[in-house]
Amino acid sequence: MSATEQALATGDAVPLSLRGPASTGVVAGYGFWLFLLSDIVIFAALFASYAVLSGETAGGPTAAALFDKKHVLIETACLLASSVTCGFGSLAVQSGEKGSTYFWMTVTFILGVAFLSLEVSEFSHMLGMGAGPSRSAFLSAFFTLVGTHGLHVTLGLCWLIVMLLQVATLGFQPMVSRRFFCFGLFWHALDIVWIGVFTIVYLGAHL
Amino acid sequence: MLGRLSWAAIPFDVPVVMIAAGSVGLIIFCVLALVTVKGWWPYLWREWITSVDHKRIGVMYILLALLMLVRGFSDAMLMRSQLALAAGHAQGYLPPEHYDQIFSAHGTIMIFFVAMPFVVGLMNFVLPLQLGVRDVAFPVLNSVSFWLTAAGVLLVNVSLVVGEFARTGWLAYPPLSEIAYSPGVGVDYYLWSLQISGLGTLLSGINLTTTILKLRAPGMGYRQMPIFCWTALASNLLIVASFPILTATFAMLLLDRYCGFHFFTNDLGGNPMMYVNLIWCWGHPEVYILILPAFGVFSEVVATFSGKPLFGRRSMVMATMVICVLSFLVWLHHFFTMGAGADVNAFFGIATMIIAVPTGVKIFNWLFTLYGGRIRFTVPIYWTLGFMVTFVIGGMTGVLMAIPPADFVLHNSLFLIAHFHNVAIGGVVFGVMAGISYWFPKAFGFTLNERLGKAVFWCWFFGFYLAFMPLYVLGLMGATRRMQHYSNTHWQPLMLVALAGALLILLGIALTVVQLVVSIRQRERNRDLTGDPWNGRTLEWSTPSPPPVWNFSLLPQVERSDAFWATKQQQGTAQDRRDRSVKQTYETLHVPRNNPTGFFLAFFAVLLGFSLIWRIWWGAGLGILGAVVVCLVQAWRTDGEIEVPSEKVAAFERLHGLKERAV
Repeated sequence: MSATEQALATGDAVPLSLRGPASTGVVAGYGFWLFLLSDIVIFAALFASYAVLSGETAGGPTAAALFDKKHVLIETACLLASSVTCGFGSLAVQSGEKGSTYFWMTVTFILGVAFLSLEVSEFSHMLGMGAGPSRSAFLSAFFTLVGTHGLHVTLGLCWLIVMLLQVATLGFQPMVSRRFFCFGLFWHALDIVWIGVFTIVYLGAHL
Repeated sequence: MLGRLSWAAIPFDVPVVMIAAGSVGLIIFCVLALVTVKGWWPYLWREWITSVDHKRIGVMYILLALLMLVRGFSDAMLMRSQLALAAGHAQGYLPPEHYDQIFSAHGTIMIFFVAMPFVVGLMNFVLPLQLGVRDVAFPVLNSVSFWLTAAGVLLVNVSLVVGEFARTGWLAYPPLSEIAYSPGVGVDYYLWSLQISGLGTLLSGINLTTTILKLRAPGMGYRQMPIFCWTALASNLLIVASFPILTATFAMLLLDRYCGFHFFTNDLGGNPMMYVNLIWCWGHPEVYILILPAFGVFSEVVATFSGKPLFGRRSMVMATMVICVLSFLVWLHHFFTMGAGADVNAFFGIATMIIAVPTGVKIFNWLFTLYGGRIRFTVPIYWTLGFMVTFVIGGMTGVLMAIPPADFVLHNSLFLIAHFHNVAIGGVVFGVMAGISYWFPKAFGFTLNERLGKAVFWCWFFGFYLAFMPLYVLGLMGATRRMQHYSNTHWQPLMLVALAGALLILLGIALTVVQLVVSIRQRERNRDLTGDPWNGRTLEWSTPSPPPVWNFSLLPQVERSDAFWATKQQQGTAQDRRDRSVKQTYETLHVPRNNPTGFFLAFFAVLLGFSLIWRIWWGAGLGILGAVVVCLVQAWRTDGEIEVPSEKVAAFERLHGLKERAV
């Protein structure tokens, strides 16, 4: 139950801030939100570096010459769709349905893997052309920003496997549901970051 | 097999290092031998190493900081003595490449491994007690944070013997810190130890922010929250917002060094000044991460020992939060000389001067709290008064340097060194020392020796002025920082005065140790049986000293700020309160179980860091694998809590009541 729901359920006039220590669920979610904010600050630093360095191609390939919009669009579709299925999965966790949890989370996993393989194919294509991260400051910043996002997706997929194993072995204990809730937050946050990457890196390349 | 590591990495030919390392090694060996012979390992493992109790973790942070203070201060003594000697034709005893490592290590250690653990340790110990709750939000994570910090400390100290430390200054500016100009392992030691301990700090920031915002005693809203909690909130918000920038910046430099990227290189479009911008986007908030909790300590101390509520509580809170926000808008004043142009420099110069306004508000709040109070001149109030005088001077030299044209003259001079030591020692160190002597009886159940405490204060106070006032003058005379030798012999007398000041501070540090030993020996005489040795105002003083693992047998009900003071006014004598607490019925409590996760994670973090520094790739793989396994084991732990039966809680309260009655 979220903090607001709690306030509505109790319905008394005591302000939330005066009611004493919050429940474990609220505390865990809140702490994870703060973690996500700090993670987004990391991305902010990487975005800033990209913005500074995106023109520094040092005579190498430019953004407009490198990026394939169609490829990235499919990539984006996979990741956004995985957020939708992750949402259905979270609903299944809340209602404690094992079957549909497995189903939706497996679909999420597959979409995540599809996203990652598209990203890896893009990276290897660029490396093949000699447009690797050591070619120019622009490419260093590009590979770091997009690669850090990809690394987050990879870690998210590992986390998802662990969570599915936890459901299988421990069932829907409060602890497991809490972690699934945090996983959902993490996965959606990666979507938000990707929207930034899509807009600034890929669409920005054709400005 | 061992990457770049070989016997050549150990500087057998440098006697200073070998003697230092040998004696430290001998001390560590003796301590370990003593622990083994006395059979203390099970106790240490059970009560400290695996403890997730915020009080124990706070104490360990402060012990770590005290140890590293000795290390960082010995670097300072080396520098001061070198500069006292190396004038004119004399070259001193430290060659430049060694001297460069010393000033880099001094800065890195003093900020990251002395000031930070001091401040984080105080917040850890005090926050849950002042908030009236049983622990921090995530007790196991808290232990992980501490042990990751300790892992960073270990790596920095290993660099003394195996390999070398950075010669780049404490912020490792590129292009000097790039692989082309610093091909050795020094910068790698710097980067990996700070990445590991930085992660610990970030996790601790998240933990304490969540604790303050979500875990408070019933009735404690933001208007009732003690002022130290407010300053700690500002500090931890800054940690959450700024440490990720440090992590990202170091990650970019690591990619440059390890994978041939071009973020900050001179060639292929790299931009070294971007590093300087990014690092100060972390670095300036960091200054306030350290000083704001110190301001909180002074606020508590001033109110307690004046016997009055803090003057202008609201304005104090507002000043704290204004500083918290402004701290992100002034980073460029660290490099006005970059040449960003008059408009940019003017903006950051004015923003910097504006910070003096909320800080001035604070100074007046403390002064008006003292005004008309019945001031008890204890050790914490000595530190506070010393701080107020010293910090005002440091603040004014800061405003002076916030004027860009003046900064063009003073940039990188000893004037700057004098300024930031003026605020770091006069603010942070004095604050931490005040905090330690103030809360020591809460942690250990007896007060520290007052006479020796005052002696320590006078040593630091006069030592500081002797050591750093000459540096202001030398800076105006043109002496630059980070110089190993100078040809102008007219500077030497002032350098000698500075050395004398450093020696006086050394005496202060030695007396701190004496004070601890004497106080421990006299502990029966100075027992704090009431839990409230200073006639305190906030909730930590309502618990016995030391508090039980669960802090509060019954969660306190808060109605106003200075909650414990209000209780003392309403509920009459201590006798009445005691009778009430004995009659209470207690519930069964749950406290977190001991957990070795933090210790094991730190072990694998050290393995990972060390392997990456020396390019031992299999070791790095092993480190990551080990850390993953530790995390998985933790993920499947379901026995995180133990029960404390209500009878045990009641028995504890009865015993405390008896002890109190004996007073």
